[in-house]
Amino acid sequence: MTPPLYERPVFWGYVALVAVGVAAPFVVYPVFAMNVLVMALFASAFNLLLGYAGLLSFGHAAFLGSAAYVTGYAAKALGLPVLAAVPLGVALAALLGLLFGLLALRRSGIYFAMITLGFAQVVYFSVLQMPWTGGEDGLQGIPRGSVLGLDLGNRFEMYYFVYGVFLGAFLLIHRTIESPFGHVLRAIRENEPRALSLGYDVERYKLVAFVLSAALSGLAGSLKALTLQFATLGDVTWQRSGEVVLMTLLGGMGTVVGPSVGALLVLTLENYLASLGSWVTVITGVVFVVMVMAFRRGVVGEVRALVRRSF
Amino acid sequence: MNRWIATAVLAAALSAPALAADAAKGRISDDVVKIGVLTDMTGYYSDLAGPGSVEAAKMAVEDFGGTVLGKPIQVVSADHQLKADVASTVARKWIDEDKVDAIVDLVSSSTALAVMPVAAQKKRITLLSGPGTTAITGAQCTPYTVHYTYDNWALAHGTGGAVVKQGGDSWFFITADYVFGKSLESDTAAVVKAAGGKSLGDALYPSPGTTDFSSYLLQAQSSGAKIIGLANAGQDTINCIKQANEFGLTKSQNLAGLLVFISDVHALGLATAKGMYLTTAFYWDRDDASRKWAKRFFERTKRMPTMVQAGVASAVGHYLRAIQAAGTDDADAVMAKMREMPVNDFFAQGGRIGPDGLHRHAMYLAQVKSPEESKAPWDYYRIARIIPAAEAFPSAEEQKCPCAPTTLDAAKCPYLGK
Amino acid sequence: MIRALSGQLLLGLINGSFYALLSLGLAIIFGLLEVVNFAHGAQYMMGAFLAWMGLTYLGVGYWWALLLVPAAVGLSGVAVERVLLRRLQGLDPLYGLLLTFGLALVIEGAFHQAYGNSGSSYPVPEALRGGFDLGFVYLPRYRAWVVLVSASVCFFSWFIIERTRLGAYLRAGTENRRLLQAFGVNVPFMFTVTYGFGAALAAFAGVMAAPVYQVNPLMGSSLIMVVFAVVVIGGMGSILGAILTGLGIGLVEGLTKFLYPPAASVVVFAIMALVLLFRPAGLFGRPR
Repeated sequence: MTPPLYERPVFWGYVALVAVGVAAPFVVYPVFAMNVLVMALFASAFNLLLGYAGLLSFGHAAFLGSAAYVTGYAAKALGLPVLAAVPLGVALAALLGLLFGLLALRRSGIYFAMITLGFAQVVYFSVLQMPWTGGEDGLQGIPRGSVLGLDLGNRFEMYYFVYGVFLGAFLLIHRTIESPFGHVLRAIRENEPRALSLGYDVERYKLVAFVLSAALSGLAGSLKALTLQFATLGDVTWQRSGEVVLMTLLGGMGTVVGPSVGALLVLTLENYLASLGSWVTVITGVVFVVMVMAFRRGVVGEVRALVRRSF
Repeated sequence: MNRWIATAVLAAALSAPALAADAAKGRISDDVVKIGVLTDMTGYYSDLAGPGSVEAAKMAVEDFGGTVLGKPIQVVSADHQLKADVASTVARKWIDEDKVDAIVDLVSSSTALAVMPVAAQKKRITLLSGPGTTAITGAQCTPYTVHYTYDNWALAHGTGGAVVKQGGDSWFFITADYVFGKSLESDTAAVVKAAGGKSLGDALYPSPGTTDFSSYLLQAQSSGAKIIGLANAGQDTINCIKQANEFGLTKSQNLAGLLVFISDVHALGLATAKGMYLTTAFYWDRDDASRKWAKRFFERTKRMPTMVQAGVASAVGHYLRAIQAAGTDDADAVMAKMREMPVNDFFAQGGRIGPDGLHRHAMYLAQVKSPEESKAPWDYYRIARIIPAAEAFPSAEEQKCPCAPTTLDAAKCPYLGK
Repeated sequence: MIRALSGQLLLGLINGSFYALLSLGLAIIFGLLEVVNFAHGAQYMMGAFLAWMGLTYLGVGYWWALLLVPAAVGLSGVAVERVLLRRLQGLDPLYGLLLTFGLALVIEGAFHQAYGNSGSSYPVPEALRGGFDLGFVYLPRYRAWVVLVSASVCFFSWFIIERTRLGAYLRAGTENRRLLQAFGVNVPFMFTVTYGFGAALAAFAGVMAAPVYQVNPLMGSSLIMVVFAVVVIGGMGSILGAILTGLGIGLVEGLTKFLYPPAASVVVFAIMALVLLFRPAGLFGRPR
């Protein structure tokens, strides 16, 4: 018999998440908090692919950035309202995901990673060349508009909007992971030949996971464009792709909340060390190395292992 | 209930004189005037602006006395790494959290265009020294921006005009592919065309990020143009000139550096740079006033100031004087005073900030001396011509800034009536 | 017309020489260790920077730098392999990629912190100044030198790997390292030396590049993406594939710069996508 809702730790986990989220803008700079949420969403979407399907994509920034540009353009030049601009960005990211996935999933492992990297570079250079993206200057002055009566120009109202979307997407990811679909993904990650022999259409599962991950990364990108009110090349670089790998690795790939924790840690690090210039890059690199060498389960993974050991 | 109302009224009445006195003395927001120097500290433009601009701002504050209307003046700085998103984020944080009143320098056109709307929306003043695009006082202008030191129009007409007059009537441009380079190219191409010459084409390259210009120089060579116009600045210009020499291009074609700073000439050396024409807003050896200021700058930084750095100092000084005159640091009042008061300091004599925010002052057409002509370190320029302000810059009517009272277009200016 | 085209092709050949040198190192490391050495670009940059530092602080000239700098960087590569990479032996090769990625960040960040963004210039060595006027293009002597040296180094490496016993061991190691170890060959030692050699190759390319591309902390990261694509196109374990593809891509880029410059940066990735559609193992690769 499933225990009642209030006895399940997951429920209290969500309560804590909501409580922290609601209080956050009063404790930290709201724009920073929004940035964390956006990157947490990006990392969680990425984790769907890496932690659960076992596929390391090194070009995920392509989805983040292209959705950011499309949403930005839709909002600024086409004057579309938020509720039209954001889905447009998500749709483009999903489409790109489909395209990438169909080609890249022919290979696996390292080859898959390198192929996604290459495709992301194509996106980067295409974005650079297209006149409407502003090239090196980026797309500036994206209006925030309003949605459902909330004036998004006000940073508190914008924050709650972003938080609401984040919560919804996070729930979706969590439900996906726990669903039969998610279990099959994990089976594929653990032992692909066996999953194949059991009759699962492995290619299709991987493709669906890829497109879903791309679409949600696109959602993160669209939100980012509205939050910061600009879209720049920095969102489509391979360094950004590397950043999301770090967040997921640091937080704990294959855990639900790990990537979000990783995003929080990385962004906090970058924020507080911003005055130190390039030391941020060095420290990021050191963290990468340390995590890979010693803490492959990530912060959440290690904590969980610790907790399990004590009981 | 009545007792509470009475107490409240009494409190208000008692505090009124204090408030009035405060208003009379001059309302300074947050009791400090904070000036933020947002510049490129480590990148391609760090030599011509960067830490030197921060020093210049500090010198201006010291020269002013360190306080205005009884409140202290603080200078903070940050590195935008020539990235528009970083600049935008820093500016937003400075305004929202750190109580910065004015943002200075910015040095690149794309960071300027990114920061201007952020600042204008929150009624903070931006004093731009370094960006060149004419859009700053044109289509993208705001009521709170001052384009202080130079703009691309001045360069195009100054250098471009001089070179065309000497017979350079066919041009090929090597252009930095962002708003600054492209606008500099189009402004100069217009000047060339108006003088009866023609532009034979261009090569756009990603900037920053390109260090090898060989293929672009080769394109310039095959075009057969007499003049290779360098629509770029800083390290890019230096690399172009060096590599053009390496490939023997200078034997049959002439290079025109459309934006050249004294720091570039210093890096290139007179042997390589001699004979080049350039347009500048400031030369340290121009007169006694400029020499005096430049020597103090040299003592602090071991380099002579570029026009960007000198412009920062002058702009900050003018801003502080405007606060003094206005009696407040409220952006509208200070902007009005800045436009009203002429600029008379070591940087410019009789400079005026127009309704579009463009600071119109004299510019100087200079030619780089040969090693034999130079008698002392940093003795690099011969001033060929002083271009008077009216001739050096476009008129306000030409700029069509939608926020300026003379060319108002409320539909295009989102900052009015806030 | 011909003049312009041949000029761009010549420049493309020069760029291609650098691609070939760098992808050679990457292909060797990947072939044997199955590690995608993300730090390759950083090692290249280190090569250029150490050459510059040697010249500026110690007065060590170009010719000495060509010898000493790759040795130094090679040794650092040996240390990395011994201390870090080796411990990731049995794991998913993706961890090796992530480790080298982290290392790249550390190295580039450190140099960026110390030297900023703008380039430092490295003078062309005295003996190689000037150029040849070939009629259709003026070829600087130094750039001709680059092509010559790259060709020699590539040929030399290829010869060692394909025609000598050491090379035979290396190739055997890529196919079945357990078996090779069973035969008494010190495979771990071979791995260490191989990684060091790959790093040294990258640094060597860096020293060669210093007079051409200027020395700046980000010079590696912009180049490395193209080199990865070259290796994927050529076939990730194939030495010959890496060399030929590197040169080929250089030429194709030169051609693109002549025909349609905005596409020059994208063309290598577009080719990569095409090749992967029709030959997933790369042009010269063997499917694994």
